[in-house]
Amino acid sequence: MASVTHSFMKLFRGSPADATQSVKSVKSTQRLTRRSSGLAELARVLQSEEPVCVLDIGSTSAGNIRYLTERGHKIYSEDLLEASTDPSLAIKDEHGQWVLDSKRFVAENLVYSASQFDIVLCWNVADYLDESLVKPVVARLWSTIKPGGMLLAFFHTREAGPDAPCYRYHIADKDTLEMQHIEARRDLRKGPTGATHTSIQKSFRLQRVFNNRHIENLFRDFSSIKFFLTRDNIREVLVVR
Amino acid sequence: METPKTGEFAHIGKSVIIKGELSGSEDLYVDGVVEGTIELQGNSLVIGPNGKVRANVNAKGVVVQGKLEGNIRASERAELRKSAVAVGDIFTQRIAVEDGAYFKGKIDIQKEAAKPSTRPDSPVEVKTSPAAAPAAAGAATGTGMAAPTVASTPVTKY
Repeated sequence: MASVTHSFMKLFRGSPADATQSVKSVKSTQRLTRRSSGLAELARVLQSEEPVCVLDIGSTSAGNIRYLTERGHKIYSEDLLEASTDPSLAIKDEHGQWVLDSKRFVAENLVYSASQFDIVLCWNVADYLDESLVKPVVARLWSTIKPGGMLLAFFHTREAGPDAPCYRYHIADKDTLEMQHIEARRDLRKGPTGATHTSIQKSFRLQRVFNNRHIENLFRDFSSIKFFLTRDNIREVLVVR
Repeated sequence: METPKTGEFAHIGKSVIIKGELSGSEDLYVDGVVEGTIELQGNSLVIGPNGKVRANVNAKGVVVQGKLEGNIRASERAELRKSAVAVGDIFTQRIAVEDGAYFKGKIDIQKEAAKPSTRPDSPVEVKTSPAAAPAAAGAATGTGMAAPTVASTPVTKY
């Protein structure tokens, strides 16, 4: 399984030159707007008078902090993608290959009490996260979400292609998001496994594509899952614990 | 807030390492290393681009340009510049975060005490680089994003 996955991922990485060219076309400062049906569903909770506890695991967004704190909610921010590029996480496996120390990663990140959050904003993190981290991170998120709490995640469809840019998502309104291309921080850009991020100059790359069944399996411990299809090659998924 | 001029701020330079409790009644600029606690009630703290602070910080205003590991209690305002790497909880009345700043922790916006003539500003300020504003105005709307084309896209089994 791991080797199959590895070979799939190799197909995705491409050459450094390809990656650079694809990233060039997207300016990091430019913001695109899109409607989000998943966010609109969440907004019913966010608009209520009852304060909720929200965890945002995408790139730090002042817009999200503002949107949520203005409504009296508590926000926790933790940029998992950036954290996964910590060079000190690189270890050698039994074959002498550089891999990411997933045990250490989950020991040092997402360290919260059980059932702490009402809402988790996962955005597109799962698509760009190192393969070894996806399942442990989802398992950890399950434990930190309250029963009945919700998680919003975005997944690229096959048509998006391997060079689909990684975005920072800003909540602009109850059903509107602004998307801003993410550039990895200069000091953290070197990927821990070498393969993950060193092949690119400035940005994160899509690691895989989940189809509907994969997504259902990924969130099988949750009580319900709702898909929202969009026209921009993204599946929005709202899961309820 | 740029690098303050000498005389405006007490200055801890790049090569200085301080371990222990740091307190004072004047503004402080830290470009070196501080481990312990920083107490500047009524005054401001700026952690410069080279600053590495592992301390809980209590001040009127806190600006982070470098690295901070610890909780921030800013009675008026906290600011994370784009080069900031801040790990810890922030308790403040107002916060500004520049795009590119790394933050891990909780943000607790504390309600301001009622003042006679306060403007109804948002407690959170979004800062973007100068090029962002015109770009945003012309940004595509709706869901019409151009998708790169590829012959095939592999999938992972889950």
